[in-house]
Amino acid sequence: MARSGKHKRDKPWIMRTYAGHSTASASNELYRTNLAKGQTGLSVAFDLPTQTGYDPDDPLARGEVGKVGVSIAHLGDLRALFEGLPLEKMNTSMTINATAAWLLSLYIAVAEDQNANRAALRGTTQNDIIKEYLSRGTHIFPPAASMRLTTDLITYTVNEVPKWNPINICSYHLQEAGATPTQELAYALVTAIGVLDAVRATGRIPESEFGKVVGRMSFFVNAGIRFVEETCKMRAFVELWDRITRERYGITDPKQRRFRYGVQVNSLGLTEQQPENNIIRIVLEMLAVTLSKDARARAIQLPAWNEALGLPRPWDQQWSLRAQQILAYESDLLEYEDLFKGSEVVEAETQHLVESAWAEVQDVLERGGAVEAVETGYIKQKLVESNAARLRSIESGEQVVIGVNAYTEGAPSPLVENLEEAILTVDPTIETKAIEALERWRAERDASAVEHAIAELERVARSDENIIPASIAAAHAGVTTGEWANTLRSVWGEYRAPTGVAGATVKASRTGAAPEVVDRLRKRLAELEARMGRRPKFLVGKPGLDGHSNGAEQIAIKARDVGFDVVYEGIRVSPEQIVASALEEGVHLIGLSILSGSHLALVPEIVERLRVAGLSDIPVVVGGIIPEADAERLRQQGVAGVYTPKDFELDQIMSDLIDLVDRQHAAE
Amino acid sequence: MPPNDPVDDAARVLRGDKAAVSRALNLVEDKRANAHDRVAALLASLGSAPKALAGHRVGLTGPPGVGKSTLTAAIARAVRGRGRTMGVVAVDPSSIVSGGSLLGDRARMSFDPSDEGLFVRSFATAGEVGGLAYAVNSAVRVLAAAYDVVLIETTGVGQSEIDIVHVADTVALVIQPGSGDVLQFLKAGIMEIPDILVVNKADQKELARRAVADLQGALRTAHAVGVAGRNDDWETPILGTSATEGTGIEELIDALDAHRRHIEPTLAARRHRGDVQWVLDLFRRKHGDHGVSTLHGLAELTARAERELDDGQTPLSLCERLSRDYVATLRQTS
Repeated sequence: MARSGKHKRDKPWIMRTYAGHSTASASNELYRTNLAKGQTGLSVAFDLPTQTGYDPDDPLARGEVGKVGVSIAHLGDLRALFEGLPLEKMNTSMTINATAAWLLSLYIAVAEDQNANRAALRGTTQNDIIKEYLSRGTHIFPPAASMRLTTDLITYTVNEVPKWNPINICSYHLQEAGATPTQELAYALVTAIGVLDAVRATGRIPESEFGKVVGRMSFFVNAGIRFVEETCKMRAFVELWDRITRERYGITDPKQRRFRYGVQVNSLGLTEQQPENNIIRIVLEMLAVTLSKDARARAIQLPAWNEALGLPRPWDQQWSLRAQQILAYESDLLEYEDLFKGSEVVEAETQHLVESAWAEVQDVLERGGAVEAVETGYIKQKLVESNAARLRSIESGEQVVIGVNAYTEGAPSPLVENLEEAILTVDPTIETKAIEALERWRAERDASAVEHAIAELERVARSDENIIPASIAAAHAGVTTGEWANTLRSVWGEYRAPTGVAGATVKASRTGAAPEVVDRLRKRLAELEARMGRRPKFLVGKPGLDGHSNGAEQIAIKARDVGFDVVYEGIRVSPEQIVASALEEGVHLIGLSILSGSHLALVPEIVERLRVAGLSDIPVVVGGIIPEADAERLRQQGVAGVYTPKDFELDQIMSDLIDLVDRQHAAE
Repeated sequence: MPPNDPVDDAARVLRGDKAAVSRALNLVEDKRANAHDRVAALLASLGSAPKALAGHRVGLTGPPGVGKSTLTAAIARAVRGRGRTMGVVAVDPSSIVSGGSLLGDRARMSFDPSDEGLFVRSFATAGEVGGLAYAVNSAVRVLAAAYDVVLIETTGVGQSEIDIVHVADTVALVIQPGSGDVLQFLKAGIMEIPDILVVNKADQKELARRAVADLQGALRTAHAVGVAGRNDDWETPILGTSATEGTGIEELIDALDAHRRHIEPTLAARRHRGDVQWVLDLFRRKHGDHGVSTLHGLAELTARAERELDDGQTPLSLCERLSRDYVATLRQTS
């Protein structure tokens, strides 16, 4: 009789839900509920001011406080976040990058207050700044300063907090930005190489102990709907990482060479149309990172089915957690060795990905590595091109998306019968309350201790000492998130990353269902230009702190391809800047992209400022995750058009935009 | 909106009123035939503005990806820090296929939106292959009337610096460490020697040192084979900058100022030559080589442009007059 493939049941992966909103105490309650539901780790979502180093009362934080995550302005907030949750027993993943060193310092300070043993702390700081420049957009400092913070955190934890994962190299956001599997593999691996090379260059880690650093590297990966290919991608990751750690860093211990990764499955492919279908997509995507035991995720968090509509409620997140639990505890998946061992089909696809990704890795290394490829915009441009190609294939129907470009007819979904209640709405008074609480905090702390801690932080920033000890001291002294970041800003400056759009080639980016449609749009624009005397000029702006720039980039490229002169300003521009640009550039049309949910705060402010500047005749359109009720309010306030994820036909959007300019010209 | 009266706007432009400057720039971009006279009138009323005469027009050029936008932003901050106002003309290429463009310079700049003394306008080349955008010459004159320093940022090595020479008082060429093409162009005399050479991204220390040494070598070779700069008695400085770290910027501004002082005695003649060239370019763009030969060839046309500009014509009005002559000549001969 043949030997059974079964064995003793494996321990399941860590199950998390990316969660956190409004205040620390509200999020604390949410964490306790989630743990009670059988979640086995915490995943903290921070709001954008915390991620980009602003206090709630900073003008740039307006409309963003407590929106996409919890606001942490100081030690008191983090203490409240973990009230009643002993940190020694937690496994906490923090999605934090530019301010990762600060949040870890706050975490250690809270642990010290709880008398917890630092060496027992477990968890992850995302701390991958490269992908922020490329995709997620919460960077603050120039690349060299950012890499210094990254390596400070790594070299600190490797000895002081040895069970901590100091960095989570993110291929996740690369896929969200449009990366193909090959690109996702290659750019994540060159990032890891860039980080390890930088750690080695600090000289703080003796060569004999370098394996400890390599062994703590972890990855945060995405999984899309093509789950067979995604399975192969995970196997390719395992193989390539083993090769890199062995050949480039000479690591001999196989345990230290293991590809350790967590997953959040794809949000990019979740649809606003027939949103109930998304739970099926989520489950299939989870298979990609669990089926193959040799390449199985160590931690999984799943998005919620209604993410394209707005913020998920606790029930929506629970549904996704249940999907994980059913796979892990009900199904027999964990009883088997690797299912694909010996599969020629899977092996062939894996090798194909290994080879193509390895070639791309070499290409980027020859261009000077990840940091250089960020500064020149090389990687960003590749991602923008891939995403344009992806959108084109959806628009043309080549890539089938059920409920979007195929099988669009269906019975109305009872899940979204009352759309208003099918998403979470954040209490609009949160921001005021956060500002009041911050003022109390500032009033009650020891001002001279704060001053001293900030001076010390600044001194360390100018030196090549590790920033973490001074940051922990600053945390205890009551320094705020904004004060910490501003101190470093004053030493290192800020950085605006390449957008990748200007260089994206027409051939690679050319979008649209059919060339005839594009030609027709170009003719209309040329004809409009002849009548107006100038080529229609379109300002694409991203107000607020949200750095998810895919939508803005694709609109900018598409508008260029139909013949607009497009002024694209990149991410994080203030309402004042947008109005100043509109005035100086003499634009005919303004498009705003906002995905953080702060549209009701930002858009009316821009409309009002345009009016004051005498520019109210310029039509304004808005794109983003905008619930219909909000869209209606924006239209009432003078917005000429609102676009949401369901508007995937870029040609139609362009046609609307040309109409708007034409109508405005006729009115003059 | 009522059509704005160019002369009325001119007074506001001189005061640096941003809305007026913006409208004036919209007008100079207007390609409709009925806009030409108004543009000519506007420029005529701005030409003798005190700022225009005393100011400085700087051309910043270099290959893509060397960090010109970030450098422009750093220069703008430093110029403002010295109490001078600045207008920026950022030129990006248009798509040959669609005619559209992505004007991305603002994305790399951070500046105070409430600053009345800094104005940035992006232009697309709009099919002017290898040249500056259609309206750039006029736009520079509008901004020069309103701001102390006008900086024209263009991409490219080759044709576009030849154009920028006609519009800028000082041309700074920006390269980054490892720009072999530029060295070859310099040595071979494909490009004129710029007034200032900038090695940006000088934070890559070793590479930057080598780049400076390579450039010094290239300049020696160029001189040896007889490639000339615009000024015989000016020694082109080679400066290292890091726009991201903010180093070398003050030195660059000192060098720009030094060059401006150096050319003061010949500035009027230099700008006059630029105007002549602009007239010839505009005319050739409109009527081609046939136009030039119909009006008795390049030498004769150049001499006439010099003469009539001296008599008070502006480049745009002179070009209109040449066009009329050309059309009239065609009618006579047919």
